Amino acid sequence: MRGLLLLLAAAGAVAAAEPRRSGYQDMAASTQVLQDDDAQNPAMLWVKDGEQRFAADCARCHEPAALRGAAARYPAWDTDLAKPVTLAARINLCRQRYVKAAPLAPESDGLLALEAYVARQSRGLPVAPDADPRLKPFRDDGERLFRQRVGQLGLSCAMCHDDNAGKRLAGSLIPQGHPTGYPVYRLEWQGMGSLQRRLRGCLSGVRAEPFAWGSDDYMRLELYLKHRAAGMVVDSPGVRP
Amino acid sequence: MARALIRTPALARPGEIVEIRVLLQHPMETGFRPGVDGQVLPRDIVTRMEVHFEGERVFAADLFPAVAANPYIAFPMRVTVAGNLVVSFQGDNGFVHRETAAIRLA
Repeated sequence: MRGLLLLLAAAGAVAAAEPRRSGYQDMAASTQVLQDDDAQNPAMLWVKDGEQRFAADCARCHEPAALRGAAARYPAWDTDLAKPVTLAARINLCRQRYVKAAPLAPESDGLLALEAYVARQSRGLPVAPDADPRLKPFRDDGERLFRQRVGQLGLSCAMCHDDNAGKRLAGSLIPQGHPTGYPVYRLEWQGMGSLQRRLRGCLSGVRAEPFAWGSDDYMRLELYLKHRAAGMVVDSPGVRP
Repeated sequence: MARALIRTPALARPGEIVEIRVLLQHPMETGFRPGVDGQVLPRDIVTRMEVHFEGERVFAADLFPAVAANPYIAFPMRVTVAGNLVVSFQGDNGFVHRETAAIRLA
């Protein structure tokens, strides 16, 4: 207990310099080791799968190294759809338009593998949201969603992740909700999951009806969350408790 | 989509004890959990892992439902000669997987 208090005091000292803390910084040291060692990080299983899928389908247009920074920047504007799209949606659009293949199902291993492989290229870069002015109305909608009370419990994202971050909810730390490590291998899920899955978890947690898979509302929220986390270090593919 | 990652030291000194780390992609469904429809999901686990090095069995393990999904198993091994490490798995529903890794001497 004493050690925990000291740890919290130390955490407080760091928070004074940079008030934002990523999920990586907030998790236990043992989980950080698990993430940092590629031979132990279970997400690397998906990355390896994504590497093969990328070589088969995407490599005819894209150099993997050229995608460095993509995960740090997305969601970005899509001209044909006239709206921003997330990285996962971009991968599926690419599949439909250029690979001429059926889109991968949301949260399928294939899509998560490709997303994890692309996100891996951005590891260590600062989150750098796209500066396209056309994104602003969507980002503002995202912020509105973030502050909107929802569900039977009547909670907004901000009430936990802004106002009460760092406190505990049923024994688990409430993180500040910066999406730096997605897609993540979550130990609780015993599997890989996207930011969308995480947001759905929060929505059903406050007993709200989650938005449909692939709904634009997730994209709006992601735009705002990326803006809120701008400059923080991307640590995809992460491991989270 | 089974896959295993094997981490061996890049170069081992003869006689050195090295740590071999194996991470296997597998759901390890316990056979006790209900699915979304309320029905119990059938058991689907890896039951046996064996490691052979140049024809000799150097490590074996029986796995049980309490093992987490995507099991991570590490074990020490004394290396005297260079060779190939063959890691093989067996499990429910005819699951068989085999992965190899080379160990080179410094």
